[in-house]
Amino acid sequence: MFAYTIRRILMLIPVLIGMTIITFSIVHLIPGNPAQVILGENATEEQVEALEESMGLNEPYIVQYGLYVKDLLQGDLGTSLKTKSEISSEIWPYIAATFELTFFAMLFAVFIGVNAGIISAWRQNSWFDFLAMLFALVGVSMPIFWLALMEQWLFAQELGWFPAYGRQDSKDPIAAITHFYVLDSFIHLDFPRVITSLKHLVLPSIALGTIPMAIIARMTRSSMLEVMKSDYIRTVRAKGAGQFLVVYKHALRNALIPVITVIGLQTGVLLGGAILTETIFSWPGIGRYVFDAISFRDYPVIQSGILIIAFIFVIINLIVDLLYSAIDPRIKY
Amino acid sequence: MSDVLLELNNLHTHFFTDDGEIPAVDGVSFHVRKGEVVGIVGESGCGKSVTSLSIMQLIPSPPGKIVDGEINFKGENIAKASKKQMRKIRGNEIAMIFQEPMTSLNPLYSIGNQIGEAILLHEKVNKKEARQKSINLLKLVGIPRAEAVVDEYPHQLSGGMRQRVMIAMAMACDPELLIADEPTTALDVTIQAQILDLMRNLNKEKETAILLITHDLGVVAEICERVVVMYAGKVVEEGTAKEILKDPKHPYTQGLIRSLPKIHEKEQKLYSIPGTVPKPGKGKIGCRFAPRCEYAFDRCFQEDPKLLSIGNERYTRCFLYEENVGSENDHAKSNS
Repeated sequence: MFAYTIRRILMLIPVLIGMTIITFSIVHLIPGNPAQVILGENATEEQVEALEESMGLNEPYIVQYGLYVKDLLQGDLGTSLKTKSEISSEIWPYIAATFELTFFAMLFAVFIGVNAGIISAWRQNSWFDFLAMLFALVGVSMPIFWLALMEQWLFAQELGWFPAYGRQDSKDPIAAITHFYVLDSFIHLDFPRVITSLKHLVLPSIALGTIPMAIIARMTRSSMLEVMKSDYIRTVRAKGAGQFLVVYKHALRNALIPVITVIGLQTGVLLGGAILTETIFSWPGIGRYVFDAISFRDYPVIQSGILIIAFIFVIINLIVDLLYSAIDPRIKY
Repeated sequence: MSDVLLELNNLHTHFFTDDGEIPAVDGVSFHVRKGEVVGIVGESGCGKSVTSLSIMQLIPSPPGKIVDGEINFKGENIAKASKKQMRKIRGNEIAMIFQEPMTSLNPLYSIGNQIGEAILLHEKVNKKEARQKSINLLKLVGIPRAEAVVDEYPHQLSGGMRQRVMIAMAMACDPELLIADEPTTALDVTIQAQILDLMRNLNKEKETAILLITHDLGVVAEICERVVVMYAGKVVEEGTAKEILKDPKHPYTQGLIRSLPKIHEKEQKLYSIPGTVPKPGKGKIGCRFAPRCEYAFDRCFQEDPKLLSIGNERYTRCFLYEENVGSENDHAKSNS
């Protein structure tokens, strides 16, 4: 397990190098002179040359790439063209916002999805199975924006249970420390604010978590049904084990491998920017940050945003692989 | 008979499928005494595995269901037992091992965990004691370096070793009856002999009765005292292993024995019973074996033959022997 972990982490190196090459290339793949593109059509030749000089665009590509990686290693992601401030210092609140939302969305998706899948498999062809799978089918097919709007209409406007958008009450902003507002509220020991922060999370988490929940439920069910037919489950029954032990100890762990794959992929997708949900709920996450940068042609921000999203994917894959080997002793690449 | 441990009485296990009701076990009766080794022999699909799973109530349900008959274990009909009662019996008083040692162990838990689980389910011991007992059981079934194997995983063991682990697990709570469903079929010949030796020793030392399901008459000759021959869901012959092997009565048993390769005779071609096992189905009339039987006459196709008593605990289901006994004798009655 330890050797496997080390090997798996070493395998990250080539992946990370490949990632930086691709993000580095983005600026150079833009048709025409990057400096000209960045400055716009009305820029004078002197301005373009000055920018080329400052961006190091006159150097050979390999030197430029070297400088880019050197900057990255020092935590320097460049400067935003729009705000003129360091990207590395302004990007964190967006990342934190997305992480917080993804965490609660996946918490909702995994808890409900896995349990619904288990019970559906346990009571195959029962009314619960039928309803859960119908619900899952609807969940997979539902357009997120429609679900989000319906939630806002019903739970925010009509019932007034939850706020319709934002991360906090705009009149009373938090003194952010980690930028995870729930966590920050705990740190401040400000419990009413914990509740408000959680309330802000409810509707976007459900909107974002519904599709993963449905996929996870269906995957868990089919995986469980497969495992429940296997010989070792019969052995466990022959030992005199009850249904709970059979399902939760022996079947679930075997059924989890494909489920974890799906959970990992879905987490990656959500972290990679749920632009639609973030826009509808005015959630200042990484998806919206990059989306705004694209509208503004803020290339350094786009570049950094893509790099960070790719990095998150790589890390999630690493976690998923390590979980595989924690669950299954046979997995040692 | 007070020393009867397990008695099946007219057991019917049917499968309810899209193609209709299939009587996989169609009125089976036999018994196993304390400490006895009884074999159930028959071709694939004759209902021998379903019989054994019925005793444990492990038939996949749906579609399978015990529709009629009794399974008396120590004088109690467990065919009607509740799930909770069955859980207390399974693994504790009746244990079972299966044909596929490669897939019968959970790949994700260590050997010690899986044997220990069987102990913890039925005995009031702590985890440490269960672990020590697991090591002792591994030693009992002849696994070298038991202290290390207890922490290993199934994929680190060979098929023969895994079957030994299965046996260790089955013996965890000193069951009175061990049902072994083709325990050696998936293993190569030398390992087969070792596993049979092991089972025979356990039978001698612990006085565990064994119900051995097999299609291999060689295995029967090796360890069984009595044999029940099944065909198409019914018992067609019963007797001691010696009687069955030396003097088979039912044409099907005779066919089975003729199809064994013989070491001293140089026959050109190995005998095989013509035709194939009929698909089980409801409402079929006549002897199930008649279409493949060389002695079959008109009556065999029109009437179901009864199980005839032709000696002390010797039965056959064939019209050929009707005159010999004079009167029909129901197996179940003769047992009680």
